[in-house]
Amino acid sequence: MVITDELVTYLEALGRIRLPEESRAKAQSDLQEILQYIDTLSELDTEGIEPMSHALPLTNVMREDEVQPSIPTEDVLRNAPAQKDNYFLVPRSFE
Amino acid sequence: MNLETMTALELGAAIKNGEISAVEAAKFSLGQIDKYDKKFSCFVTVQDDVLQRAEEVQKKISSGEYTSPLAGVPMGIKDNMCQKGIQTSCGSRMLSNFKPTYSATAVEEIMKAGAVPLGKLNMDEFAMGSTSETSFFGATKNPWNVACVPGGSSGGSAAAVAAGECFYALGSDTGGSIRQPASFCGVTGIKPTYGSVSRFGLVAYASSLDQIGPIAHNAADCTAVLAEIMKQDKKDNTSVATKGADLAAVLNADVKGTKIGIPTDFFGEGLDKEVAAAIEAAAKQLESMGATVEKFDMPIVKYAIPAYYIIASAEASSNLSRYDGIKYGYRADDFEDLLDLYTKSRSEGFGMEVKRRIMLGCFVLSSGYYDAYYRKALQAKALIKEAFDKAFEKYDLILGPVAPTTALKIGENLSDPLKMYLGDIYTVMMNLAGLPAASVPCGFDSKGMPVGMHLIGNYFDETKILGAAHAYQQVTDWHKRKPTELVNM
Amino acid sequence: MAKTTSWEIVMGLEVHVELATKTKIFCSCTTEFGGAPNTHCCPICTGMPGVLPSLNKAVVEYATKAGLALNCEITRYNKFDRKNYFYPDLPKAYQISQLYLPICRNGGIEIEAENGGKKVIGIHEIHMEEDAGKLVHDPWTDSTMVDYNRCGVPLIEIVSEPDFRSANEVIRYLEKLKAILQFIGVSDCKMQEGSLRADINLSVRPVGSEKFGTRTEMKNMNSFKAIARAINGESKRQIEVLEDGGEVKQETRRWDDNKDASFAMRSKEDAQDYKYFPEPDLIPIEISDETIEQTRNSLPELPEAKRQRYVSELGLSEYDASQLTTSKYLVALFEQNLEAGYPAKELANWIMGEVMRLLSDSGREPEDMTFDYSYLGLLIGMVQKNEITRNTAKKVFKAVFEEGCDPVRYVEEHNLKTVTDTGAVKAAIQEVVAANQKSVDEYKSGKEKALQYLIGQSMRALRGKADPQTVTAILKEILG
Repeated sequence: MVITDELVTYLEALGRIRLPEESRAKAQSDLQEILQYIDTLSELDTEGIEPMSHALPLTNVMREDEVQPSIPTEDVLRNAPAQKDNYFLVPRSFE
Repeated sequence: MNLETMTALELGAAIKNGEISAVEAAKFSLGQIDKYDKKFSCFVTVQDDVLQRAEEVQKKISSGEYTSPLAGVPMGIKDNMCQKGIQTSCGSRMLSNFKPTYSATAVEEIMKAGAVPLGKLNMDEFAMGSTSETSFFGATKNPWNVACVPGGSSGGSAAAVAAGECFYALGSDTGGSIRQPASFCGVTGIKPTYGSVSRFGLVAYASSLDQIGPIAHNAADCTAVLAEIMKQDKKDNTSVATKGADLAAVLNADVKGTKIGIPTDFFGEGLDKEVAAAIEAAAKQLESMGATVEKFDMPIVKYAIPAYYIIASAEASSNLSRYDGIKYGYRADDFEDLLDLYTKSRSEGFGMEVKRRIMLGCFVLSSGYYDAYYRKALQAKALIKEAFDKAFEKYDLILGPVAPTTALKIGENLSDPLKMYLGDIYTVMMNLAGLPAASVPCGFDSKGMPVGMHLIGNYFDETKILGAAHAYQQVTDWHKRKPTELVNM
Repeated sequence: MAKTTSWEIVMGLEVHVELATKTKIFCSCTTEFGGAPNTHCCPICTGMPGVLPSLNKAVVEYATKAGLALNCEITRYNKFDRKNYFYPDLPKAYQISQLYLPICRNGGIEIEAENGGKKVIGIHEIHMEEDAGKLVHDPWTDSTMVDYNRCGVPLIEIVSEPDFRSANEVIRYLEKLKAILQFIGVSDCKMQEGSLRADINLSVRPVGSEKFGTRTEMKNMNSFKAIARAINGESKRQIEVLEDGGEVKQETRRWDDNKDASFAMRSKEDAQDYKYFPEPDLIPIEISDETIEQTRNSLPELPEAKRQRYVSELGLSEYDASQLTTSKYLVALFEQNLEAGYPAKELANWIMGEVMRLLSDSGREPEDMTFDYSYLGLLIGMVQKNEITRNTAKKVFKAVFEEGCDPVRYVEEHNLKTVTDTGAVKAAIQEVVAANQKSVDEYKSGKEKALQYLIGQSMRALRGKADPQTVTAILKEILG
């Protein structure tokens, strides 16, 4: 797998981040090196092995449908960088 | 009474007996922080209500409400665990102004035991790293040599305990983040079985691997902390009921008849000779105490790091998406539109290592690559668990090195991420398999830097691991040695 | 492309239904509709750092019920996955949903086809997921304001097979779906409040073609009527594009009911890749055969069974039975009064007539009926006992429907009882006869129409409170 400049740009877009211009080339080669190493995993024979998300075989942990008080609105918004009339405020998101 | 050489349990007993008050203990620790923290930078935040809390705790100890052997003992909390009203930054600019309105369950549990938290401990940004250099608040230094890293990501926790700035600390371990810094700083730390300590309120790095655990001066202290925090929590659906950690059993444990396996694959290329020698010596020591030690093969080891970095980065890329400059955390000053707000806030709020893992995570999850990477890694995870299950049919414990080297020089690995990742070779497997594992001081290299041995147990065998560690610590004094930097001050 | 004379529309539906649980899917905040902004919130549903989801048992139960009522197979071992995307209404920047192992699969419901026969619409799957927050435009700052109250309200998404060929089929399916979900009590399905929302995947192809055309997805329709208009509008648009030699673009379109047209939603400026992966914070759900059987047995009689029973046991017409069973609320109105002893046919007539007319006139849905259902029976009883005339009863029912008035009291207060005193009726008619000599003459010279006029005048004089047959008889008697 080759990490091209386009792929770096695509991954930046997916992650909503932008690398500083001066570290792009280094980031690209680092990612290339890491991925090359990670690709050794393809040697491992995993034929017929069920992928395992959870190491412990738990199932059915659920809670009862009982209402608990919500938290005060001022706490909901306490750390908000921008707010208005008890709403979070963001740049226009409508078409 | 020499507080500088006391363990958490010894201090707890002294407080209980009225030989010293919780307030005096807190004053001592604040004094230690004053004295040493400029040098080591362990704490990101020192709480301003420490003495009030100590007073309140002392009252409740006197009234008999707090009965834990740790009540009144000053401690520290890694800065990725939420504590109501206290800045919880995760070592990141992104959360440098974040004060949660809720506390992590583990923090609540330790508070219920009468803990006196001193403040929040430094870490690699969002727990991504093994040097504690990637923190927005600057690098923590190793108390054994300030030119060296303390390890990471719980570097602040391990260094603070080593430097005597607190008696024990809570850390978190996603791929070795408790054990490796414990090894580098000459202290004892354990990552318990996945699910045995609630993750609620622990700021997520990789949800399926993250686990909270203690770092302390010795195995007995670790057991006492675990006994308080190993509780099933309704707020964490992945948490499980366990038999907990049994302090009495640990204190009385011996290793006679304990079957210990050593994976030969842990001793391959890349392992420092002096570290290998220290581990071999520890194995001999355990043997002389009545354990049987045997080598066995575990060829899956070489696939652990690829599988780990795929799973951890994938989950991290998703877990860190919530930092968008809208609800909390860093928001860029000027932006043109919504997309610009996201991109600028995240680019300015996250450091390089976090960005790298987000990109790697996005890659392995992106359409067309999921099966080759993420799914494959989950299969490797299944095979790793299978390999351990098989090993534990034969052995009670598995022994090996925690890290291939002792603490590296500051800056040595920062520019070579792959080299840093490879340093996690011995620790990530236990996170993938969800197994408990401890780092126990077992020697020093020729430069005077500590070496830790890795004791790995089967699911829920924390007491067995810590019992063996305690027995070992009864006949060795590696864990009692004080860092050279302190002696020189 | 050569001009084709006839086109076939092919559609599949994705219906999102908010479940009527008390609490949200992953936290214990209330699911109550509305509320001041950000008041039904906690660290979990607002995606604060370090919090974890905790699954609500009732969501799994409701989804299982829905699956069984919609003839699905229940996935014995199902799991949650994360769907990742950035948007301000999604505080974690991922939605917890089910991609790989949804809770229900392979179901379907029967609807009436265009040709009058029956047709099964396949249900591909039903999955559980969380709802997003609400965005409000703030014209003062030209910004968007975010309210997370709805965040984490449990949803099931019911994904149909591409089995629809007309707007009518879509509406019938939705009506039936809504009725079933209301009957089993898993959702109130209020479209105006957004608790039932449908997205339509639509493509067109020349009749006879086996291949599907390129489809568009349409969102933002908040009534059945809007859905029908959107289908007609969008299919016309696609046909025009194709007949002009163009190509339909696969895209998401927003239906603007005011402009009667759909518009392409600005394609997200950036890469859109949901990067699904198994949700590590939640563990798998196992549903045992026993639980499934218990759930199946707990289901109430479903609309289809009711419809058949209404016809075979109660003797209702097919049409009435199928209309009645479109709504849990109409059925409740019907059955409650049936149990009280009122005749089925009379009740059906009232519901199909007056109730439906008033609903349609006021643009309301059966669930909006606020009057005490027993009032309809009381009214019918009064007619049966000749206490009021049928016409009076209709007028009274309007007051019952609109203001919730107690019909017995209303009749008394407004003095609407039928005049049963024949003397009084006779006197009133005699006055009418005396005042309308011209009409009397006309009647006597054989003009039937004049009699109708005199009856009308007499009824008016009696303010409608007399039985028209009695009035006619007395009038004829007076006129000789």
